Amino acid sequence: MKRIKTLETRNLCDSAKTGGCGECQTSCQSACKTSCGIANQQCE
Amino acid sequence: MIHRYTLDGLHIVVDVCSGSVHLVDEVAYDIIGLYDQGAVRGEIVRAMLEKYAGRPDVTEEDLEDCCDDVEELQRTGKLFAPDVFEPIAGALKDKSAGVVKALCLHVAHTCNLNCSYCFASQGKYHGDRAVMSFEVGKQALDFLMDHSGSRTNLEVDFFGGEPLMNWDVVKDLVRYARSVEKERGKNFRFTLTTNGMLIDDEVIDFANREMHNVVLSLDGRKEIHDRCRVDYAGEGSWERIVPKFQKFVQAREGKEYYMRGTFTHANPDFLKDIQCMLDLGFTQLSMEPVVCAPGDPAALTEEDLPVVLEQYEELARLMAKRRKEGRPFTFYHYMLDLSGGPCVYKRVSGCGSGTEYMAVTPWGDLYPCHQFVGEEKYKLGDVWQGVTAPAIQAEFAQCNVYARPECRDCWARLYCSGGCAANAYHATGAITGVYEQGCELFRKRMECAIALEAARTLEEA
Repeated sequence: MKRIKTLETRNLCDSAKTGGCGECQTSCQSACKTSCGIANQQCE
Repeated sequence: MIHRYTLDGLHIVVDVCSGSVHLVDEVAYDIIGLYDQGAVRGEIVRAMLEKYAGRPDVTEEDLEDCCDDVEELQRTGKLFAPDVFEPIAGALKDKSAGVVKALCLHVAHTCNLNCSYCFASQGKYHGDRAVMSFEVGKQALDFLMDHSGSRTNLEVDFFGGEPLMNWDVVKDLVRYARSVEKERGKNFRFTLTTNGMLIDDEVIDFANREMHNVVLSLDGRKEIHDRCRVDYAGEGSWERIVPKFQKFVQAREGKEYYMRGTFTHANPDFLKDIQCMLDLGFTQLSMEPVVCAPGDPAALTEEDLPVVLEQYEELARLMAKRRKEGRPFTFYHYMLDLSGGPCVYKRVSGCGSGTEYMAVTPWGDLYPCHQFVGEEKYKLGDVWQGVTAPAIQAEFAQCNVYARPECRDCWARLYCSGGCAANAYHATGAITGVYEQGCELFRKRMECAIALEAARTLEEA
C-alpha cells in the first residue's frame, strides 16, 4: 500500500534555474505591514 | 532537513530545501523520522515490525516498499534535499542593485485617530505633523520610475498616519502616474491603507477604480476595537467605520481588499474577532499580533502564547469547515500557493526593505521601510538625490536568511526568509537579530497553512 502522498509543489532547486525575475509583489505591499509574509506571495 | 508534525490527524513531512510537502500515514511518518536520525534500512524495518506488531497491514514486504519510496524521494531531491542556496543568497539583490520597485508613500504624518498601540506614535512618527505635497509625491514617483530598471510592475502604497487626510494629493499622484506609466513602460499597482473614518462615496469610487488593494483597519469585536482605536476625544471608532467598510467592500465587487486587525494582550482569543468580521460580511482577513516593547501593556506575554497558538489551530479548523460548507474565507498568513509560490531567490533574499522597497516621508526623505521612519540613523537619502547613505543600504542588502545563525536550524527559514528587519531591530536592536516570539508564531502559522493545503488536496482527490 502507498503510505506517502507527495503534494504538488514548486521545486525550489528548479526555481534556482528559472526564477529571480524580481517582478513579484513586495511582501510589505500586501496585507500585513508588520509580519513579513514572503511565503504568502505568489510567483508573478 | 525535514520537519515532521501532526495536526488534526494529518501526518505531514516538509522537506525544507526542496519545498516538497508529503502527506504520510503514521508508519511512513515513523520511518522517515528514523531515516532522519540516521538509522539504516534493516534497523528501521525491524523497529517498525516490533512497533506495529498487531497491525496486519504492516508486513516486512510493505515496510520494504515504503523504504523504497522514501529512498526514491531522496534520490529525486524531494526528501532530505541539501541546502545549496547560500551562494545565491545575495544574487537577486546583486543582480538588481540600485533597482527600486516599491515605495510606501507617507502622504500624511497626522491621523484622526489616537490608537494606543500605534507603532507610528499616532501617525507622527516621533516628529511633527506633516502632509506630503504633490511636488514631493511626484518627485517620489519619478524617482521610482527612474530607478526601476527593467521592472515593469511598480507598487506604491499610500500610507500614514491617515492617508485620507491628504486625499486630494493621493488622487493627483495617481492621475500623474497613470498619465506617464504607458510611455515609461511601467504598470503601477496602488494600495491604500486607511482607518476608514473619512471614507465616503467619492473615496469608494476612486479607490475601487484605481487601487489594486485596500487595507482596512478593523480589530474585530467592538469592545476590542474600541479599546485601542479611539479618536482624540477618547471615543471608539467601530460604529463609525464598520458601515463605511461594509459599503466599500461591497462596492469592490471582488477586487482585492484586506480587513487588517491587530490582536494584543487584551485579545489573545483573536478567533472571536475573526468570527466577528465574518459575521459582518468580510471574507478577506488579516489579523496580526501586535509588535511592541515587551513591557508595553499591549504586548503579548508568555502566558498569552499557548492561547494564541491554539487559536491559530482553531482558525485552520474554521477555515476548513467553512470551505467544505461552501462559505470560504481567506486569512492572509494562511495563503500558501505550494505550486506557484515564490522562487528560491525571493525566499533567501528577504522582503527587499532598504533596497527594492523604501518609505518616503512627507518631506521626501527615504527610509528602509515604513517602520524605520523617524529612526534618524536609518535615513537613506531623499527623492531628489537618491540614496546618499550606501553603507546603510549595504547593511540591508546583506540582510538575508543566512545572515542570522539562529535561522540555520529553523525548518521555516525558506517560508519567512529571515523575517522582518524592523521587528528584529525593535526586539533586539539589530536588523539581523531574531524576534523569537514572532518566529514561534510564524512557525505555527506555516504548520496550519500547510495542513490546510494538505487537507484541501485530500478533499479534491
